[in-house]
Amino acid sequence: MPSLKDLRNRIASVKATQKITKAMQMVAAAKLRRAQEAALAARPYAERMQAMLAGLASGMEGAAGAPTLLAGNGRDDTHLLVVCTAERGLCGSFNSSIARLAREHANRLIAQGKTVKILCVGRKGADALKRDLGPRIIRTIEMRGVRNIGFAQADMVGKQLLELHAAGEFDVATLFYAQFKSVIQQIPTAQRLIPADVSGAPERTSGGAIYEYEPEEEDILAELLPRNISVQVFRALLENAASEQGARMSAMDSATRNAGEMIGKLTITYNRSRQAQITKELIEIISGAEAL
Amino acid sequence: MATGTAGATFPFELVSPERLLVSGEARSVVVPGSEGEFEVLKDHAPFLAMLRPGILRVIGAAGDEQRIFVRSGFADVNGVGLTVLAEEAVPVEQLKGDQIVQSIRTAEEELAAIKDPAQRSEAERMLASLREVQATLKLG
Repeated sequence: MPSLKDLRNRIASVKATQKITKAMQMVAAAKLRRAQEAALAARPYAERMQAMLAGLASGMEGAAGAPTLLAGNGRDDTHLLVVCTAERGLCGSFNSSIARLAREHANRLIAQGKTVKILCVGRKGADALKRDLGPRIIRTIEMRGVRNIGFAQADMVGKQLLELHAAGEFDVATLFYAQFKSVIQQIPTAQRLIPADVSGAPERTSGGAIYEYEPEEEDILAELLPRNISVQVFRALLENAASEQGARMSAMDSATRNAGEMIGKLTITYNRSRQAQITKELIEIISGAEAL
Repeated sequence: MATGTAGATFPFELVSPERLLVSGEARSVVVPGSEGEFEVLKDHAPFLAMLRPGILRVIGAAGDEQRIFVRSGFADVNGVGLTVLAEEAVPVEQLKGDQIVQSIRTAEEELAAIKDPAQRSEAERMLASLREVQATLKLG
């Protein structure tokens, strides 16, 4: 049985924790709204660009000399997993669910005898994957100190990907992030980045009419493909930012509730043992008086 | 300007990385393409073009005109309609003079930094288009 003083201390410390979680929840809620708006607003652009590429790619199917960013380099041996996670923890299962998806994907590829390389964007993903797949992590890009994700950050990641691709470091790149569905639901997602994912191409009513290009097709693709990489990374980072705040908000909400429950329980125990002690003291006094 | 199918509308969308600016039916859209302006009407042949900085003019289904400043990007005319992916898009009414001045200054700095002649002409064209936009808007 803990002493009254111990109980008092426990209650005080749980209360302090509750204040912190409550504050974190409120901060996350405020940040969430901004992040959510940004993520939702960025969706149309990324989707349209994907659709445009899909249309282009379907017209170029089987054509020799298609750019490798679009059609791949014909090999499927070295895979690069780009794992986007948060810089900070205390956001429920957000980081671990992305890491888990990436790890499963990596293990499946390894079982097939492929080479797997990992590029982590965000420190937490690197931490989570270090134990199992440590030697396969070729680079970690930290986003610490970045308050609002801008296109510049995504472009920086995109450029590094293009560099690695140009150096022949990988054949296929897959992007991992959490798609923001709602405050309580974030879906870990894997998206193929290189070669471009052209599934779900919209049906062209023109029925295979020949596209005209201005300027030349190669010039457009040379501009469009690298840009698409950055745009898709940008979208992933924004989705991630919103998901992270959503996950943190609900995690902190339940932490605050748990702390409340714990304070209630501790207070009852505290009051009971105080009452028991008073009763005990009274009995001692009374029986002392009776003995006289 | 062709007016053969005047009145017929087609789906038009204008998106920038930040947001979806326009999504709806349009009668005609004049796009500042990198090789020159072109107008898109209903049933335009499939066409893919790059943009240069300029003013994009949209005639809506109700015949209302909208002018939007776009800074490079892509225009995609597919069998369905027209999608413009702009790097930056601001409706002309919301455009502040210093925004253009700022863009011009950035372009000038970029131009000064480039040594390769091929890229240089590219940057010069970009700068010229920006100046043109500035001049048009000052007059209008």
